[in-house]
Amino acid sequence: MPIRTTEPAPAAEVAAVDRGGDPAARARRTERARNWARRAPLLPALVFLVIVTQLPFVATVVISFTRWNALAPENRGFAAFDNYRAVFTDPAMRASVGTTVLLTVTVVLVSLLLGLGLALLLDRGFRGRGIVRTLLITPFLVVPVASALLWKHALYNASYGLLNGSLTWIWRLFGSDDPPQPDWMTDSPLAAVEVSLIWQWTPFMMLILLAGLQSRATDAIEAARMDGASAFDIFRYLTLPHLRRYLELAALLGTVYVVQNFDAVFTITSGGLGTANLPYTIYQTFYQAHDYGRASAQGVVVVLCSLLVATFALRTVSSLLREEVTR
Amino acid sequence: MNRPLLAPRRPGSPGTRRRRHTGTLLGLVAWLCGIGFFLPVAWMVLTSFHSETDAATNPPSLGAGLSLHGYREFFGAGSGISPWPPLINSLTASVASTLLVLLLAVPAAYALAIKPVRKWSDVLFFFLSTKMLPLVAGLLPVYLVAQNTGMLDSIWLLVLLYTSMNLPIAVWMMRSFLAEVPVEMLEAASIDGAGLTTTLTRIVAPVAMPGIAATALISFIFSWNELLFARVLTGIVAGTSPVFLTGLVTSQGLFLAKVCAAATVISLPVIAAGFAAQDKLVQGLSLGAVK
Repeated sequence: MPIRTTEPAPAAEVAAVDRGGDPAARARRTERARNWARRAPLLPALVFLVIVTQLPFVATVVISFTRWNALAPENRGFAAFDNYRAVFTDPAMRASVGTTVLLTVTVVLVSLLLGLGLALLLDRGFRGRGIVRTLLITPFLVVPVASALLWKHALYNASYGLLNGSLTWIWRLFGSDDPPQPDWMTDSPLAAVEVSLIWQWTPFMMLILLAGLQSRATDAIEAARMDGASAFDIFRYLTLPHLRRYLELAALLGTVYVVQNFDAVFTITSGGLGTANLPYTIYQTFYQAHDYGRASAQGVVVVLCSLLVATFALRTVSSLLREEVTR
Repeated sequence: MNRPLLAPRRPGSPGTRRRRHTGTLLGLVAWLCGIGFFLPVAWMVLTSFHSETDAATNPPSLGAGLSLHGYREFFGAGSGISPWPPLINSLTASVASTLLVLLLAVPAAYALAIKPVRKWSDVLFFFLSTKMLPLVAGLLPVYLVAQNTGMLDSIWLLVLLYTSMNLPIAVWMMRSFLAEVPVEMLEAASIDGAGLTTTLTRIVAPVAMPGIAATALISFIFSWNELLFARVLTGIVAGTSPVFLTGLVTSQGLFLAKVCAAATVISLPVIAAGFAAQDKLVQGLSLGAVK
């Protein structure tokens, strides 16, 4: 965003006003001053964001066209599209694209469905609803690294994790000393990451959908029930259409966060066994392989992909916003 | 809010009774789900109060005696490294960036909500779009600049980055909270000759204060939780709690009770804050789009 200094123009106008007092010029001057007074509070935030978020990205784009590995500093130069070619031909990179998509889609869809179920349960009155709601949102409030460590060591661990411990306990109830003791993180590493993330994100989906459910007009539902509509009909023809926007919003915001997930992948599997997603791969290329050029190219590719998701997200938010404005 | 979804039409009819049974059953299902989702957290807390031997048993030792061993180890009483510097770093980074976020976001949101600038929705979407871009894509240049200016391993670099990370959300949240100030009240105030300061302190602030608190809370939580930037850009001096937490396992092998104690202590501020502001949390996390 171009930030123009308007110093010369008002000065000239002040002079004009002083000389003759052209009312049109004065009106224009006060109008412009008022516009700046309106815009001024916005500027610090805008300028700050442009400097701290946009400039680094521009630098990333520039670096993505250079040959630059910190371990070989003398061999540095213009690389044209070499880094991008490397990114698109690198099987590890392609695998991590696949992993990111799979991870994100699975986590968002499953947590959205679970969140919908829980929101519908919580929307009805029952004893202790407030407590249940509080219990349900706790997973979302545990620090992500802590929750990743919790899943890895206290739940999944093959020899003393809670999962296998419970299996032992249940088997013993039935008099067996030979319970199955699967090694969850080695047998299905991606699922292990996904389950921990689903646990973490279901409450988020539930909260947004619950807010959506409670903003529903009750009179239409009452009327439908009077007319003898079944619970399923009410859900299908009244609740679901009303919830559509909230479902979209929850899915898109969830996507924005889950695509960027680093903590769970880093902590639970360290990107091993086919669980490296894009943020983790970039982290590795940059922080462990020190290949700055290629890491930047990867970053640019990720941004371009994210823009696709972001466009949809922005459109959804914008439709909610329009609704608010016209209200 | 107990909406009578199960309002009886004809009391005592078999249908009503069946519906009441279904209601009880669904309440029970909800309770089971709630306990199920809470179970890992409960397990974390319970394990944190066990001795290391009781923590690592199979099957789980539910009846084992409680011990503060994990907490003593975490706070550095035994051979452990003191967690205070990371905790203080986390607190500094989160509080300072939250203050900076408020300082920048409140005026911006005021310009967008109360005295809408032209193309205000475009500006708003610019803010949001910066949030949609993966942070990792700008990390390298930030690292290089920090390396060359001696800002590496400094908590103030994190403060700047966390501010930029939370500012877009804060502007969105604040805008939606400020938009709740009725226009009529503002007009009435201006007719009565109230100046900007009076309008802000007497009319805008009371309505917006809960919103400002919620914004601050969410900004604090996200900064407190952040791992990637802290891991790449800090080291011995400015490492935050999440970085410390990941280091607990790799450097000393695994002490389950100690790790659980650490995870509990580090999560506690966020959990407490989140419980306190459940409703505002939803509105904030959905960028003000959900009321």
